Amino acid sequence: MITRLTIENLSLSRGERVLFDALSFAVSAGEAVALTGRNGAGKTSLLRAVAGFIRPAAGRIAFEGAAGELEPEDARAAGLHLLGHQDGLKPGRTAGEELRFQALWAGGDEASIAEAVKALQLEPLLGLEVRKLSAGQRRRTALARLIAAPRPLWLLDEPLAPLDADRRAGLGLLMERHLADGGLILAAVHDLLPIPARAIEIGGGA
Amino acid sequence: MRSLGVLYRRELGMAWGRGGGPLLACAFFACIAALLPLAIGPSPERLAAVASGSAWLALALSSLLSLERLFERDFEDGALDLIALGPASLETVSAVKCLAQWTANGLPLSIMAPVVATALGAPLSLAVITFATALIGGLGFAFVGGTGAALALGARRGGVLVAVVVLPLLAPPVIFGAGAIEAYAAGMGWQAGFAFLAAYCLAAMGLSPFAMAAAVRNALS
Amino acid sequence: MFGLANPQRFMDATRRLPAVLGVVAGLLLAAGVWLSFTAPPDYQQGETVRIMFIHVPAAWMSLFVYVCLGGSAFFGVVFRHALADAAARAAAPLGAGFTALALATGSLWGRPMWGTWWVNDARLVSVLILFLFYLGYMALQASIDDEQKAARASGVLALVGLVNVPIVHFSVNWWNSLHQDASVFRIGGPTISWPILAPLLVMALGYTVLFLALWIVRIRTEVTRRRALSLALKAAGAA
Repeated sequence: MITRLTIENLSLSRGERVLFDALSFAVSAGEAVALTGRNGAGKTSLLRAVAGFIRPAAGRIAFEGAAGELEPEDARAAGLHLLGHQDGLKPGRTAGEELRFQALWAGGDEASIAEAVKALQLEPLLGLEVRKLSAGQRRRTALARLIAAPRPLWLLDEPLAPLDADRRAGLGLLMERHLADGGLILAAVHDLLPIPARAIEIGGGA
Repeated sequence: MRSLGVLYRRELGMAWGRGGGPLLACAFFACIAALLPLAIGPSPERLAAVASGSAWLALALSSLLSLERLFERDFEDGALDLIALGPASLETVSAVKCLAQWTANGLPLSIMAPVVATALGAPLSLAVITFATALIGGLGFAFVGGTGAALALGARRGGVLVAVVVLPLLAPPVIFGAGAIEAYAAGMGWQAGFAFLAAYCLAAMGLSPFAMAAAVRNALS
Repeated sequence: MFGLANPQRFMDATRRLPAVLGVVAGLLLAAGVWLSFTAPPDYQQGETVRIMFIHVPAAWMSLFVYVCLGGSAFFGVVFRHALADAAARAAAPLGAGFTALALATGSLWGRPMWGTWWVNDARLVSVLILFLFYLGYMALQASIDDEQKAARASGVLALVGLVNVPIVHFSVNWWNSLHQDASVFRIGGPTISWPILAPLLVMALGYTVLFLALWIVRIRTEVTRRRALSLALKAAGAA
């Protein structure tokens, strides 16, 4: 699976506005990169471009595996998680149902779901409807799919925002374990990540 | 295949979940049928003449009612991102969503259709063909309507817009479906209308997933 | 940024074209109107047959413009050509206008000929559905805020319509044959005489050239509008 993400000379624009130009960097297995920059600089757009939703105006996004470069569609369909501002949880369904769907859809199984429930201490939430959960609890339920369906590249958009200090430390442990297993993390952040990460600043000006 | 089953069950669960989508669509169907005699007058002959056709029109409108949120709810809460990054192409995902929509809404509505038509005064002998055309037509409604719902993603005034975009496209199935029933009632060959209806729905199933996937990709970008 | 290279070439190439086409269209339409009024009155319909010279070309145009719209949408969606998006967007109100003209004149013609403003004849119904489809296209375009997304979404709709317009036409014909109604008048019969055909063709040509002139003006306006928007955004960014 994905062992390296390479971004070469990437430019992104939204409508008429150029977000950034000629951005190049790489993320290797076991490495975490924190994207910083002011609001509207294009951090979220960069994550969505890596996930394949936004077509770059110029430049290249490449995924490499152990055996050389991967087809971008295959790499995206099975190799990455995108966790955006929204949790993707249906208010009318229970946290358990939603976690099961998200995990099974992304390629997880019952054992990995049980593991995720334990790692994020979701047991008491599973029977509750998502509408009853707090923002932090929803975020934890959404984060669970990172564990429940193991994929090497994590694209995280402000993953810490609704979490309290204890949960942030807990997430830090999960991230460290993911990196130790050869995972890659690319996160857009305002606050510092709870783990050592290389910082890359996006977008000097508009 | 297994993951498609997971998606299909989720869609069904959401359709049948709180708010009772199918029941609501059936209730809407019944409301139109109740208002119709008030609008046309209670004369049984006049009502019987339009019963099957009206049932079909009401069916088209009721199918549309529940379609509007088919993609919108997943788009709004970010679940569409997750679904797009799954093992199946967006074309397949769209087709599965429409099939689930048909099972959850089209099936109950096509069971309602002969009941409504008979209540309006259509002869009981038309019940079977009314059910059959409604069942197949519902499949076409789901796929064509799903295309409208996908195109209207991110638009203001989604609901009315879906109706304006989709209703002109529903002319062929309404014509073929109601035509087949009418021909059957008149003792003429109903097979032609029925075959055209089936052909339309097959073509819609084959082509509209591509339009839906293109529309969803556009909305996500 | 929109790829300005191609629009620029288009703008240079079409600078004088609308004026030239406008003059040609004016001459053709004037000749068409003159021919229409010198054509002999129909032995059955009398003077009212002259509405046909406005009506029939408009009905042709409603389909022709849709083909132009669908073709542009195809290039816009498949090749992501910015100018094609602009062309599709520019064609829609013109097509809706011709379709509305066809419907209105058809109705005016129907009053003396059929004794009613509207007959549910196959041709009328399918033109009406086409008109509604134009409206849906414009409504979709207008209700998505992001312009590029609006262009793509309405482009996909135009392609869906391109597949559906013939199916709708066929189904409405089938429906009409099911409800065969003898009172419906059919144009011309097997042959149309030359004095009737000549103004019809001249008018149709005049309509086509007029459409091309208006279309090009509208595309040029659209390209200019986008440039102005782009400059305004740049100025806002620099401030």
